Amino acid sequence: MIAQLNKAAKEKVHSIQEAFVLAVKAIRFIFARPFYRQDLIQQMDVIGVQSLGIVVLTGFFTGMVLALQSAVQMQRFGATTYVGTLVSASMIRELGPVLAGLMVAGRVGSGIAAQIGSMKVTQQIDALNVMGTDPIKKLVTPRLLAAIIMMPALTVIADVAGIFGGGIIASVYVKLPYSMYWGTVWDQIANGGFILTFIPKDFVHGLLKPIVFGGLIALTACHFGLRTTGGTEGVGESTTRTVVTSSILILVVDYFITQTLLAVLG
Amino acid sequence: MMHDNQRTDVAHESKEAGNHLDGDTLSPEEIKRAEEIRAAIREEIEDEDAPQPEAKSEAEPVIELRDIYLAFDRPVLEGVSFVANEGETIVVVGESGTGKSTVLKLILRLLSPDSGTVYVQGEDLGALTYEEALAKRQCMGMVFQGGALFDSLSVFDNIAYPLREHTDLDEDEIEARVREKLQFVDLDPDVVMALAPSELSGGMQKRVGVARGLAANPQIMLYDEPTSGLDPLTTGTVTNLILKLQRELNVTSVVVTHDIRSAFRMASKIALLAEKHIVFFGSPEEMAASDDEYIQSFLGGY
Repeated sequence: MIAQLNKAAKEKVHSIQEAFVLAVKAIRFIFARPFYRQDLIQQMDVIGVQSLGIVVLTGFFTGMVLALQSAVQMQRFGATTYVGTLVSASMIRELGPVLAGLMVAGRVGSGIAAQIGSMKVTQQIDALNVMGTDPIKKLVTPRLLAAIIMMPALTVIADVAGIFGGGIIASVYVKLPYSMYWGTVWDQIANGGFILTFIPKDFVHGLLKPIVFGGLIALTACHFGLRTTGGTEGVGESTTRTVVTSSILILVVDYFITQTLLAVLG
Repeated sequence: MMHDNQRTDVAHESKEAGNHLDGDTLSPEEIKRAEEIRAAIREEIEDEDAPQPEAKSEAEPVIELRDIYLAFDRPVLEGVSFVANEGETIVVVGESGTGKSTVLKLILRLLSPDSGTVYVQGEDLGALTYEEALAKRQCMGMVFQGGALFDSLSVFDNIAYPLREHTDLDEDEIEARVREKLQFVDLDPDVVMALAPSELSGGMQKRVGVARGLAANPQIMLYDEPTSGLDPLTTGTVTNLILKLQRELNVTSVVVTHDIRSAFRMASKIALLAEKHIVFFGSPEEMAASDDEYIQSFLGGY
């Protein structure tokens, strides 16, 4: 029993250690030849362009429900004019990055894990190795880089969709003039304060997070994909683990980034 | 001497397993037929190639495993040694799960032994850095059990992959090379080149795998269960292909298989792996003539 626990704990530690080694290698390979540009572009398409639909949809509905809920609550204080402020702040700082992250973790993370996992169990990873290609360089680095580049883009799109959604609810449902809604949105961004006099603090929150989340998703997926054993069943297991682990990581890391940024930026 | 001891140990242990197989042993006629086929092939080789094989008795070893020990959760290989000289085909046979494929991984340095040394073309693999090992693999072609073709790439791109990775050939030269290799494995380039691996039959996938392994003109070819899961006819085709390679290109090959019939047809030497040791290493004729009980029961099992 204790021996079993011991073994399980050792495996966990070993797995985490492997994940770190993978991260270091994958990041180092970003700067080393040969560059697999074709793979990078393809992955940017898969991770970014093809995730556009669900990210817009989630952002849009989240913005709408946010406006609706806050309007109902704010009505009691006669503060419905501040709906724009609330939607803008929550979308840009938190919900945009986190929701886009969770969506990409579910859609892209699972895909990466399944693809690399099946390459592992059908010996295609071995084949790469045999043909003198480093699988980390060929498979992990392009995915990591693509995720780091595309996640902020997706987040901005989710933010915009959310704020638009909020705007529609504000004018149709709360009967707030459209210009007033947008006025409060801009006010929130401006009043949040600036870094280097021209970068709004909201944007720092909103853009740093997706970069980190993108890296987390890609590395988690590649890590579990490359560790896949046990045939098709193993591929399923890796996929599930990827989605669960990267979702949890996103939520936990989000908290710590927020706390750190609030302390540093004020 | 040591090997003799081990062999009798194994033979002793497998006595029980051997007993009920007695009825199934390779009949004398079958052995005779296999030898006839081999003799015919030999003649063919000598006809085409001028009588070189004898002159090559001093050939330097291309692959050498020296006293390899390897364990994962439990020991897999203990004191395994063998030598493959230039142009030879070494066939490693043994029951499932005896670490046959591990031998190939050692030669490719996908695995490193716990102790012992692997030499490829005189170089100690253990002394190479990771990058050097990647480069070293370019002189080897590997054919995987399931083909291991990249399913995101077409047949053409699969075969072109090693060329694009490591050579400066332009697209025209690459296409010429891909066509040449496909023709070598008896596939019509115009038919299969644009297909995805999933659109091919198992036998065709395996042949494309061979073509990909050959693409970079390697001096060494490694095969992992090249005939498993194939019907007898396709098995024959693939076996002939390996023989053709050996004959026409003088590549050194290591084949891992449990298909004793095709082993007999293509082997220069057979290595029988059992209980972590090589219990027999020699020509197919010597193997057939051996009166060791384990060897006979192993042959009889097929």
